[in-house]
Amino acid sequence: MQISGAEILVRSLQEEGAEYIFGYPGGAVLEIYDAIFRQNQFKHVLVRHEQAAIHAADAYSRSSDKVGIALVTSGPGATNAVTGIATAYMDSIPLVVISGQVATPAIGMDAFQEVDMVGITRPCVKHNFLVKDIKDLAETIKKAFYIAKTGRPGPVVVDIPKDVTQALAEFAYPDSVHIRSYLPVTRGHPGQIKKAVGLLMGAKRPYIYVGGGAVQGGAAAEVTELVRSLGLPCTNTLMGLGAYPGSDPQFLGMLGMHGTYEANMAMQNCDVLIAIGARFDDRVISVPEHFLSSPKKIVHIDVDPSSIAKRVKVDVPIVGDVKHVLKEMLELIRASGERPDAAALADWWQQIEAWRSRDCLLYKPSSEFIKPQSVVQALYEITGGNAIVTSDVGQHQMWAAQYYKFDRPKQWLNSGGLGTMGFGLPAAMGAQLANPDATVACITGEGSIQMNIQELSTCKQYHTPVKVISLNNRYLGMVRQWQEFFYGTRYSESYMDALPDFVKIAEAYGHVGMKIESPADVEPALREAFSAKLKERLVFMDFRTDQSENVFPMIRNGKGLDQMDLPPHMREDDAPPANRDYGNLC
Amino acid sequence: MKHILSILLENEAGALSRVVGLFSARGYNIDSLTVSTTEDPTLSRMTIVTHGSDDVIEQITKQLNKLIEVVKVIDLNESEHIERELMLIKVRATGKEREEMKRMADIFRGRIIDVTEKTYTIELTGTTEKLGAFIEAIDRAVILETVRTGASGIGRGERILKI
Repeated sequence: MQISGAEILVRSLQEEGAEYIFGYPGGAVLEIYDAIFRQNQFKHVLVRHEQAAIHAADAYSRSSDKVGIALVTSGPGATNAVTGIATAYMDSIPLVVISGQVATPAIGMDAFQEVDMVGITRPCVKHNFLVKDIKDLAETIKKAFYIAKTGRPGPVVVDIPKDVTQALAEFAYPDSVHIRSYLPVTRGHPGQIKKAVGLLMGAKRPYIYVGGGAVQGGAAAEVTELVRSLGLPCTNTLMGLGAYPGSDPQFLGMLGMHGTYEANMAMQNCDVLIAIGARFDDRVISVPEHFLSSPKKIVHIDVDPSSIAKRVKVDVPIVGDVKHVLKEMLELIRASGERPDAAALADWWQQIEAWRSRDCLLYKPSSEFIKPQSVVQALYEITGGNAIVTSDVGQHQMWAAQYYKFDRPKQWLNSGGLGTMGFGLPAAMGAQLANPDATVACITGEGSIQMNIQELSTCKQYHTPVKVISLNNRYLGMVRQWQEFFYGTRYSESYMDALPDFVKIAEAYGHVGMKIESPADVEPALREAFSAKLKERLVFMDFRTDQSENVFPMIRNGKGLDQMDLPPHMREDDAPPANRDYGNLC
Repeated sequence: MKHILSILLENEAGALSRVVGLFSARGYNIDSLTVSTTEDPTLSRMTIVTHGSDDVIEQITKQLNKLIEVVKVIDLNESEHIERELMLIKVRATGKEREEMKRMADIFRGRIIDVTEKTYTIELTGTTEKLGAFIEAIDRAVILETVRTGASGIGRGERILKI
């Protein structure tokens, strides 16, 4: 029996096990929406802006093992989706984004709501397709899912012209797909794996550096076993948080621009580094030359060969699925019974503990102003460290990463690569739908939240009782911090005047709003928001935080990992920087 | 250093722009690019001449391989290879210059493929350097128009690039 292209698409998504798709209808996708109306196997979530559809689908994937699915119309629907697609691309998140397109005869005619979606998204997708013939539709969808989730995952866009959704064809969904030009590697080279183990066993100052690849690659258990069985120190990148338990003593905290003192010092001073699904990016190692100025041997395990030797030349490159490679390494280690030099390792730990004892995340408490760090700490306590936490981008994101200890992978969802403000709320929504029983908190700021605040409406419609923790300092905090440090306290356009009453906004959308202005109210308010009474409600918490707080440690542009700007209590003279002046802070 | 990359890719709409987009997005250089279908109509063969340090060339190769439609990439510079480029050059050929131009074309093994009273159009093949040498050898002032295809390359001997 022949069915329409729209029905073929819907049936294909069903075959892929779709549970939720996130989208927004429009002219070019009306046929598809009609086919969705006539099925009940998966649910459609109607967002309020297409960017949010992609972030929600993205977080749905980040917080589960599934591929996220989004559906947008042609033209503005498609362009609105681009920021979300680029976000997923930078963080290697498997997504399939279906975009409507004008009918094939109209392509190139500057038709109403026409945009070259394949052209626009080409640099920010793993792959994309324009389906010109209905006969190719089912196979293209199969390929899209296969490409999105295999190898280094990423978003795949499938652009479908309206006439293809209306045409008729027989439906047969392929069982498998073979793409001769796409053969992702899984197993690492055995010789290289052996070399890596050899290097590790000879190490005096070993260090395990774990990135988002270990989270996406499902390798947290293997990472944990490697680190624990050999008693090694471990750090996670912003994207890797949760790959190794954040509350474990062998964890030195996040590294990088706002990493902990001990994590960064160990990164600079280790002699054998095992990089697992991480890519030595600029926010992590800063200047490659400085990083390499302390001699070290580097093993780099990554599924994407182009991540290896991109910024840093390594001694033992291993291309392969991190989970597979780590399993083989663990087997070799077990079989050999070898361990790194115990005395040297003990010395190394002694050095690390000395760094750690400087307590770089210490901040001065205040009874007058709410310290943003204290809100994250209280959130950690009250949620028992169990919440799925999403964040937006800025100071609050760094404080969330520093002070909430993530023990599980896929528990921390943030836009690490692209740094997309507006990610947090739609992401919380997507994560809540993927994990209906989980507590989901979105740590945000008054700047970021306003970039997708309209999604409060979607949260109401779909009963996603996420808790929004807004650290409201009336400033675009990270911009303000840079202006304080590097632009002579000229706070150009980083102060937001005329902020709305967020409590009223929350209430207007049918949610619960809270305004918290005193440090003494932080904990009670959080307890109430996370109480059984409000379990089914979205609670928007507007914390009025200290405007002058900065994120420390910090590595300035051009500085090395061991050249951090330290928090006041760690500075030798303990004096504030000369240009520190809050005179014109409001 | 100059490198000649030979790429086998799916003969599909958009594949060429993915390759070109990659070079511009990542700031790599393209000195020349040629592409056409092969004896297998599902495949295109592309030759890109680029330059950069060994690290850059390694990244280019890896990034090209990452493109879904790219089947294979080789750097022809890694072993012996043959490189050819075609040039069509229209020159003024009047009076004394007419005889001189004919002689010069012969020396470079070019062929005159179109003649008017005032011009010759010369077809010349060879390495990029040879074509450059021809342009250097004749009087710049007589050149009316130059069209070059960019280099195509193939491995010498039994070395082949196939699926």
